[in-house]
Amino acid sequence: MAVQALDAARLPVDWAKLVQKLALATALFVVAYGVVPAYASGYLVEAILLPFLALSLAAVGLNLLTGYCGQLSLGSSAFMAVGAFGAYNFNLRVEGLPLAVTMILAGISAAGFGVVFGLPSLRLRGFYLAVSTLAAQFFVQWALTKFGWFSNDNPSGVISAPHLAVAGLSLDSATGRYLLSVTTVMVLTALVWRLVNSATGRNFIAVRDNETAARVIGVPVLRTKLLAFAISSFIIGIAGVLWAFTYLRTVEPAGFNLDRSFQILFIIIIGGLASIRGAFLGAAFIVVLPLFLSRLGAFLFGGLFDSGVLDMSQRIVLGALIIIFLIAEPSGLSALFDRLKRRIGSRSS
Amino acid sequence: MIGASLGAAAYERASEISAILAVANPVGDRRLARLSSRPDVVLALSGIGISFGGVKALSDVDLEVEVGEIRAVIGPNGAGKSSLINIISGLYHADRGRIAIGGQSFSRVPASRLARLGVARTFQNLALFGGLSVRNNIACGRVHTRRASFVEHIAGLPRARSEDAGIAEKTDQIVAFLHLESVADRLVATLPYGLQKRVELARALVAEPKLLLLDEPMAGMTATEKAEMAGFVRAARDRHGVTIILIEHDIGVVMGLSDRVAVLDYGRKIADGTPAEVRADPAVIRAYIGTAEGENGEDIR
Repeated sequence: MAVQALDAARLPVDWAKLVQKLALATALFVVAYGVVPAYASGYLVEAILLPFLALSLAAVGLNLLTGYCGQLSLGSSAFMAVGAFGAYNFNLRVEGLPLAVTMILAGISAAGFGVVFGLPSLRLRGFYLAVSTLAAQFFVQWALTKFGWFSNDNPSGVISAPHLAVAGLSLDSATGRYLLSVTTVMVLTALVWRLVNSATGRNFIAVRDNETAARVIGVPVLRTKLLAFAISSFIIGIAGVLWAFTYLRTVEPAGFNLDRSFQILFIIIIGGLASIRGAFLGAAFIVVLPLFLSRLGAFLFGGLFDSGVLDMSQRIVLGALIIIFLIAEPSGLSALFDRLKRRIGSRSS
Repeated sequence: MIGASLGAAAYERASEISAILAVANPVGDRRLARLSSRPDVVLALSGIGISFGGVKALSDVDLEVEVGEIRAVIGPNGAGKSSLINIISGLYHADRGRIAIGGQSFSRVPASRLARLGVARTFQNLALFGGLSVRNNIACGRVHTRRASFVEHIAGLPRARSEDAGIAEKTDQIVAFLHLESVADRLVATLPYGLQKRVELARALVAEPKLLLLDEPMAGMTATEKAEMAGFVRAARDRHGVTIILIEHDIGVVMGLSDRVAVLDYGRKIADGTPAEVRADPAVIRAYIGTAEGENGEDIR
């Protein structure tokens, strides 16, 4: 009772803002569950939305660790692999396990891995920590290739997505997989949003901004870092499940290589560190960039612009953009977006 | 209520331990045990020594601080003031000597338990969380009282909510006490230096410490800001009853503010007493005239 009264006193309700937020949320739901399933083409869903959703979720996870808690990691793709192969094995070896449980167990496996490979963070910082997370990257890829058990003795270590169903409803179609993906991403993002705005999220930021001061005022620094690794890896692991089961459908360990880890790191740098929205903006950018480049290349150079050139030009553009962002806008697309919004807002009023 | 009885139990246990230590160890420890069992002594240092790469930053420093006093530690650059405060707060570990805080005796103070021991501190060079608002920075000062897990926070369960509400109330009180209302919701990194110093004081005070360590709280301030800060420090003692150790470079600032002053020079305590006694002490005059007094700067390391 007293708590409620206090809340009310502290937060004068801003109705205009509330209505705006509600409208935004409604629009999001209508688009996600109405417009996209009804009108989006198979190509849009399969080639753009599914990778976008999986990468966004992975970026949200990494942003928690790197953006909010300040622990640089190059092992994201390893945690995705643990999630994907974990889900595959839970599904394969436990009869009739519901999909949601499979995904949660996969996330927990990835979280366990994250904690183990997060242990060096208790002694190492910055680039030294990043290098130590490379160990996770190489170890996981090695273990998944070396031990056939993980891929059910497939000779090349490839796993294929199982039949996907929730409560008897098949989700194997492109739309079904999209719905699974978008729901998972929305639920987990909402939870992360709650987390970063709670006292735990502020502990993450405290550890990032000044570890010594955090320790002296009583933030349990070691526990906070490991918690960041655990939750981040949990989310990245589930992103790995989405990547393997809804987008690619068949993956091999080599699909989760260092390039993927870097890709996710670039997403949060371009999108904006310590920003959930940034993870989505960055992922959209990374997914759309190669498509855009190939269209542009084909338009300008015709047949000369083959896939090899595309790959090269993509790397060059991405590299240049990261340098530009780090120098000119370290807060990423998210900050650009805010500035744009403010400019439009000031013009209309 | 529970906290008080726990504190009493810990106090008794610590007294026992220091009593045992007194039997097993030489004279200094026996003296420390006697001091730390006196309820009016919040902090007692005995025979503290520390060296960095062969350079003695502190040698054989004794200091005791009584409940409710403002205890200044002054000295020229390089005298060892910051080392002393870092040893008390557990960031440095002394090579020799013991530290008794509220009846518990340590050779190494555990920094991660400092807040629960009832000690809060500020830093010479600001140590705020730049990515958080002023209010959230201050709220972090009570993090040691939180028990709710991250799951309770995400789910918004009663314990997490009541902790948040309790801390928000305390934060508001401190915000009002230090006149920070107008900037409470701004990112702390966007504030001018003097205000950031005040936010740091707020973050320390919100913990409701028994002992507050202030490491050059007025360094780099204008004369007006210094006077204002001195007023806040005195008010913190008068209204909240907190005992204060004040490290200052500038001898003028502390004389009017403190009850007792200890003077360090080259890592040794050369004087200790009331401001008047210290001011008249020939050793102090020698130390201050013999060095470049009045320059603001990093004093140790």
